[in-house]
Amino acid sequence: MTDQKKPTGNEWLTMSRRSVLKALVSVPVFGVFFVEFLRKKAGDDVKRRALLAELGVSESGPAVIRNAISRPPGKRIRLGIIGYGGEGESLVRHAGFAHPDWIDEARKNHDDDPRDKELETYLGQDDLNVAVTAVCDLFDVRAERAIAASQVTQRPGGGAANPPAKRFKRYTDLLASGEVDAVIVATPDHWHARITIDAASRGIPVYCEKCMTRTEAEAVAMHDAVKRSKIVFQLGHQNRQSESHQKAREVVNAKILGPITLIESTTNRNSPWGAWVWDIHPQGNPQTIDWAQFQEPAARRVPFSLERFFRWRCWMDYGTGLSGDLLSHEYDAVNMILGLGIPKSVVASGGVYYFKDGRDAPDVFQAVYEYPDRDLTFVYSATLANGNNRGLVFMGHDASLRVSGALTVSADGESTRFADKIQSGTIDPSRPMFTYRPGSKGIDAVTSATAEYFASRGLLYTYRGGRRVSAYHLHIGEWLDAIRNGGDTSCNIDRGFEEAITCHMATRSYLEGRKVTWDPVRRRIV
Amino acid sequence: MPWTPSPRFQVGTMVALRVLIGWHFLYEGLAKLLNPYWTSAGYLAESQWWFKGVFVAIAASPGAVTVVDYVNMWGQVVIGLGLMFGLFTRWSAIGGIVLLALYYIAAPPFVGYTYPIPAEGSYLIVNKVLIELAALLAVLAYPTEQSFGLDRFLARKKSGSIPEPLAPAVLESTGHD
Repeated sequence: MTDQKKPTGNEWLTMSRRSVLKALVSVPVFGVFFVEFLRKKAGDDVKRRALLAELGVSESGPAVIRNAISRPPGKRIRLGIIGYGGEGESLVRHAGFAHPDWIDEARKNHDDDPRDKELETYLGQDDLNVAVTAVCDLFDVRAERAIAASQVTQRPGGGAANPPAKRFKRYTDLLASGEVDAVIVATPDHWHARITIDAASRGIPVYCEKCMTRTEAEAVAMHDAVKRSKIVFQLGHQNRQSESHQKAREVVNAKILGPITLIESTTNRNSPWGAWVWDIHPQGNPQTIDWAQFQEPAARRVPFSLERFFRWRCWMDYGTGLSGDLLSHEYDAVNMILGLGIPKSVVASGGVYYFKDGRDAPDVFQAVYEYPDRDLTFVYSATLANGNNRGLVFMGHDASLRVSGALTVSADGESTRFADKIQSGTIDPSRPMFTYRPGSKGIDAVTSATAEYFASRGLLYTYRGGRRVSAYHLHIGEWLDAIRNGGDTSCNIDRGFEEAITCHMATRSYLEGRKVTWDPVRRRIV
Repeated sequence: MPWTPSPRFQVGTMVALRVLIGWHFLYEGLAKLLNPYWTSAGYLAESQWWFKGVFVAIAASPGAVTVVDYVNMWGQVVIGLGLMFGLFTRWSAIGGIVLLALYYIAAPPFVGYTYPIPAEGSYLIVNKVLIELAALLAVLAYPTEQSFGLDRFLARKKSGSIPEPLAPAVLESTGHD
């Protein structure tokens, strides 16, 4: 073979034409690859551009993000915490005061599973320049725990350590003490209105947990009091800070979905914890718990009960069950995205079908709301005894929008608006035409099933510029910003009133076994 | 009488195998490069078996994921070009084997392991990643690039001698057993 002769002079020139061609055998293959690759890329690009132009939304994060630029927290705000149970402790932590036990546990969780980033997220929080100066809790152990948290030295964002908070046995003394500039109310629902109204009468800003109140009358009274006093008020629907909910609003505003006739929101949980069977503290007893004070605003007085104190959501005396707990979140998300307001009517049903532990709050609950002015129905459907995740779906004539941690828009096969594009193959109705996944670079795990439920609803974490931040932290930060610099909060008293009334309409329909309607003139459920 | 494939057929097969694997690698790499949302994090996070800890830790660290993503995307492109053109073929094949081995051990289809992203076929221990890996071992074992690849030019330049067309001889010697 010519290839095997000894080379002389310039080998390149001595290679036979045949062997050069052999060496270059891949070139035509690459040519085919290159041409086909460009053809595919051009086709995909044209499709994507046509689609995005048609939809009028960008693939990037929401255009307007509140708190995207955090303003330097000027004046230090002295916070009082009223109610330091699970939620209260969480809110105080997100304000920058994690109990040392929590830090130890979060560190252990991270060591066990590096995907668990709770501690990292916490330590990455901004310093909000607040001090927890006062605490009121009816259970001694929790009050002590709050005091311990108030003076921690390991603070996120380089915050300084503070002197221990002062304990008050009654919230009225806390409000009158002059020790607080603002209060967080994280008590059971039956206390919300009374505390908020008293705080408002003293001009003290309030961050109040949902559901805003336990009853309709309380909602009206609280709305009036907050309006009159003009205090800065924030209701604890932290989903308002969720990037995917803000993006969903952008999608709806771009009118991609066409006329929306049905919204389906759901809750599926399947664990005792998710059904409010919370831990009973071993030190809880009539000596450490002020039971008489606990049930002061309750509809009925009953003998001391650890179950009722620690698992209060199971009883309608203190809350409204699924309605005030999880329907309230779902409704607020929908209200934020669509601006629905209070519905015309509702029919609700359900029952205690699985957790027959003496509770009277239903563990299976459905509510069907009518909005004839908006030509749509909003359905809420929940069970606490099944974990089939059904999500939140907005159904329009042209497309469906599914909102969870990520956001998906799929064209409807029978859409009028997209008919041409479906026909031409630019849009494939069997696949999402638009997805948005906040913080998609990097993943994280959440540990418990209940935490997963919240995370999928944007209730635990959201993203700012790709960085994972707690929605609670942003929600508290927004409230503090409004206290310092003026402006409104995203879940102000008007949104809170809508939330409370909407939930109470369902509760009333369930309790009375009939359809109820809202009279906007007399501001009454009838 | 046993059928003996011709050396031409044997070499042609090996060249085709090398070029096709190169094509696959190149397109996998380019497709990732052109997708701004692509990340290996999801795949790594669902890792199973002995190396789960390492892969999950990488997935959980945005810095590590970024590095892994870049190495993976560009690695695939470079390996793909190398295999297709027969350039630095040995190193390309070794690189490809390493990458495929990592994909395999990250999510092996062993009994008892399930993955949230369903596979497009049915696999028990052996999957397409493992087969592609074995195919690259064959590419390594029966080199063709000295005749059918740019390595031919490199070899001439480096050694000053014209390389033997190894593949047919090797293949022939193992053709009857």
